[in-house]
Amino acid sequence: MRDDVEDIEIRLLLEALYQRYHYDFRRYAKASVKRRLKQAREQLGYASYSAMQDALLHDPDMLERLLGYLTVQVSEMFRDPSYFKALRETVLPHLKTYPSLKVWVAGCSEGEELYSLAILFREEGLEDRTIFYATDINPDALQAAARGIYPIDRVKLFTENHRRSGGRSSLSNYYTTGYGGAVFDKSLRERVVFSDHSLVTDAVFGEMHLISCRNVLIYFDRDLQDRAIGLFRDSLARKGFLGLGAKESLRFSAHATAFAEFERDEKIYQKREP
Amino acid sequence: MTGNPIAIREDIRAVVIGTSAGAVQALSAILPPLPADYPLPVMIVVHVPPDRRNALTELFQTRCAMAVREAEDKEPIAPGVIYFAPPDYHLLVESPAFLSLSTDEPVLHSRPSIDVLFESAADAFGEALVGVILTGANQDGAEGLRAVGEAGGLAVVENPVGAAASAMPEAALAAWPEARVMTLEEIGAYLRNLGNKR
Ligand SMILES: C[S@@+](CC[C@H](N)C(=O)[O-])C[C@H]1O[C@@H](n2cnc3c(N)ncnc32)[C@H](O)[C@@H]1O
Repeated sequence: MRDDVEDIEIRLLLEALYQRYHYDFRRYAKASVKRRLKQAREQLGYASYSAMQDALLHDPDMLERLLGYLTVQVSEMFRDPSYFKALRETVLPHLKTYPSLKVWVAGCSEGEELYSLAILFREEGLEDRTIFYATDINPDALQAAARGIYPIDRVKLFTENHRRSGGRSSLSNYYTTGYGGAVFDKSLRERVVFSDHSLVTDAVFGEMHLISCRNVLIYFDRDLQDRAIGLFRDSLARKGFLGLGAKESLRFSAHATAFAEFERDEKIYQKREP
Repeated sequence: MTGNPIAIREDIRAVVIGTSAGAVQALSAILPPLPADYPLPVMIVVHVPPDRRNALTELFQTRCAMAVREAEDKEPIAPGVIYFAPPDYHLLVESPAFLSLSTDEPVLHSRPSIDVLFESAADAFGEALVGVILTGANQDGAEGLRAVGEAGGLAVVENPVGAAASAMPEAALAAWPEARVMTLEEIGAYLRNLGNKR
């Protein structure tokens, strides 16, 4: 019966997190939330989830700690190079016909996906007419994204990914080394708006031409996935594009009919005419 | 314990398998004989390099009578299907009975991780689960097998003596000494029998 009690405690903990701080993890996929909460409980040294709940309700510092466990900051620049290659070769040619563009990177983590897109748009000559919106719920991740500094030992992978994505230049053109890392050029974020936005609790983000939301939806249950996908549909301009992670799709979504498959293997969709 | 016949438990609802080095050969001895109408789902984690298309799914599709698929996020778990974890994603079982994927950090340098699959499956299926650790070269799966055993499920380990790589079965046995030790042939026969009893 112990596990059942734990399940109750976890539900109550998530409820407390929502009621006290308005972070809503109640409909995230349970198994991985449970796994990460277990890690938090063990590493932070709490005997039970109830004890964690008590700490969370009374100590705001606990929020940041817990968010660090509950949100997964695992990312790469040009992760899945074939996705960025498809954007470069088939989506950007469409976007070139617009005088001004809005791109939303939803769940941007520490910025890897954002900088990948900014570099891609620069290489394809679209950067000057584009505004990028980079959003996440984790404030530490957003701050890291705004700094754009990555450990130097990760840059080898980023460079290889960039090359495989059809990069027209060397990634080393975009960063200098210092502070023990690769510091990405601040001109890359001159046209970026960073903002705290939750796909669970916040509203539409207007008239985007491209939304890239990768490896965020897998953390949600089906209903929540549908909520987010509905939000994307309503945030996209006419014939706007939606790119998802390699293992995410609209196949099971209630909003599947609102989109057409544009690059099927890369999970890139285009909003249909209403 | 090797060779002792073990009772077939009729309450079993799912099978999970974890393996790394030597996986293809070991799985080739076990999976192809399972019939198309096998009444249980089989979820499998094999350590594969992250950038590889899932060659395992294609390979076993040609060899197996059962349906073989790469697991999809939020897919309901169906009996008679073998699900492989996709490269570079963890595979988790959610209750009641569907799959989910995650890009959480690698566990013991592995994504997918056997521990992650087994622990979530133990949580979802409890005693109605069989967990099998086969040949492999690291410690992944040991904690997971312990979770299966602690939840009252049936823990099975390939005999390290005959295994292509013994580190993984040895670590699993050290973590859960109550596990049944069997040869590959015995494991194959055991899984087939589990299906016959329905
Ligand atoms: C695994 S990372 C994906 C990073 C990047 N998009 C990629 O594919 O490499 C998931 C990100 O989603 C963010 N996230 C989780 N829940 C969210 C929500 N409700 N709204 C927006 N972002 C969320 C996390 O903070 C984390 O940065």
